[in-house]
Amino acid sequence: MIEQVQSKVRELLEAGTIQGFLGLREQNGHIAPHLFQDPTDLEGMSLGDRERPGDARYPLTKILLTLTGNDSRAKLGILVRGCDERALESLAAWNQLDRDKVVPVGIACPRELAEECECERPYPKDPVAGEKTEPVAFASVSRIEEMEPSERMRYWLREFDKCVKCYGCRDICPVCFCRECSLEDQYLIRTRNLPPENPVFHLTRAVHMAGRCIDCGLCEQVCPAEIPLRTLYKKVGQIMEDEFSYHTGETTGKPPLQIADGE
Amino acid sequence: MEYSSVLTTCTYCGCGCNFYLENVDGRLTGTIPCKTSPVNQGRLCIKGWNAHEFVQSDQRLTSPLIRKEGRLVPVSWEEALDYTASELRAIRSESGPDSLAFLASAKVTNEENYVLQKFARAAVGTNNIDHCARL
Repeated sequence: MIEQVQSKVRELLEAGTIQGFLGLREQNGHIAPHLFQDPTDLEGMSLGDRERPGDARYPLTKILLTLTGNDSRAKLGILVRGCDERALESLAAWNQLDRDKVVPVGIACPRELAEECECERPYPKDPVAGEKTEPVAFASVSRIEEMEPSERMRYWLREFDKCVKCYGCRDICPVCFCRECSLEDQYLIRTRNLPPENPVFHLTRAVHMAGRCIDCGLCEQVCPAEIPLRTLYKKVGQIMEDEFSYHTGETTGKPPLQIADGE
Repeated sequence: MEYSSVLTTCTYCGCGCNFYLENVDGRLTGTIPCKTSPVNQGRLCIKGWNAHEFVQSDQRLTSPLIRKEGRLVPVSWEEALDYTASELRAIRSESGPDSLAFLASAKVTNEENYVLQKFARAAVGTNNIDHCARL
C-alpha cells in the first residue's frame, strides 16, 4: 500500500502540482506528522499503522490549516482516510480551507479499522491504495439508546464527571478552528469549575460539533478519562441527518447551523 | 515553507510524557501528544497541551539573575554557579551543614532528584532534603 502512496506523491511533487505533501513518517521508532517536500526523499513514509491498523493516526487536516493559514498560496497534498477527506469537506464548508489548494492522496481503511471506528465511509472517494470495505453501523449508539432515559442520563453524567478538563478533545480535533472557544466562554459555562459543569460543558461541545464533526474518533483516543465522546458525537451526526438531511463532510453547501454567510 | 514535528519530553512534571512540538518557519505552533509513546499513549494533561505557548513566552527567564545592590541583574551561568557555590561554602563553614536545606523538584527526572539528595547528604553533609511534591 505504501508503495502506491509514495509513487503518487513522487509524481505530484515532481510535476510541481504540489509544493509539499503532509503525511506521516516513521523515525526512531515513532510515527509523526511530516511535510515531504523532496520527491527523492520519501523514505520512512508511514500510513499510521504501528501495532494495529490506524493506531498512529494524527490530525493532519488541522496541521494543514496551520500551514495554509501561514502561506495561502501554497498548494499541498495530504494523506487522507475517509474521515480525513470528510474533514477537508467540513473545513471547506465552514470557509476555513480552499479545496482547490489541497490535493488529497487517499487510502481505504481495512475491515478491522472500519469496525473499530464503526465508520460510515471507511474510504475516501478515490483511494490510490487499499480495498474499499462496507460501511459499519453505529452499534455503540444503539447500545446506549436501549437504556431507559433515566439510566442513560445517569450513564452520561457519570462519564462526564470523569473529565479532567484537559481540552484534549478540542485540541486534537481536526475540525476545531474557532479563535474563541465556546468551552472558555464564561456566559455559556461556569469556566472555573473542575470537574467542568456537568453536563453543560460536554453538551456545549456536542452541540457545537453539529455539522462539523466528521467522526474521526481522535477525541475519544486522546481523552485521559476515556469518556466515550465518539459515541456522543456520532449521535449528534445522526440527528443532523435525521432533522436536516445534512451529512457532515458528505453533503455539499452551507451547513444548516451556519449563521454567517462566509462572504 | 518549513514544517517539522520534533519529538520531545514534557518539562512540567517527572512523568515524562512525550509530545511533538510543531515548528512552522521557525515558530512553535502546536503540541501534539505522541501516540507511540509508552508513557502517555497519545494523551496529555492541560499543562502539556500548552507547552508550545510557554516556551515562547516573553516572560520566561533566559539567564540566571543575581540580586546586586537590591536589583536583579542577569548574569552568566558561570557567575551564578560560582556565586552559589561560594555562598553555600561560606554558610556551611560559619554555621554548619544543617544550616542548609535543599528542595528538589517534580519537574526533573528521578535521576536528577537522586543526584540532588546525594549532593545534600554526601557533599554538604545534611539530611535537610525535601521535595516540592510534598507541599
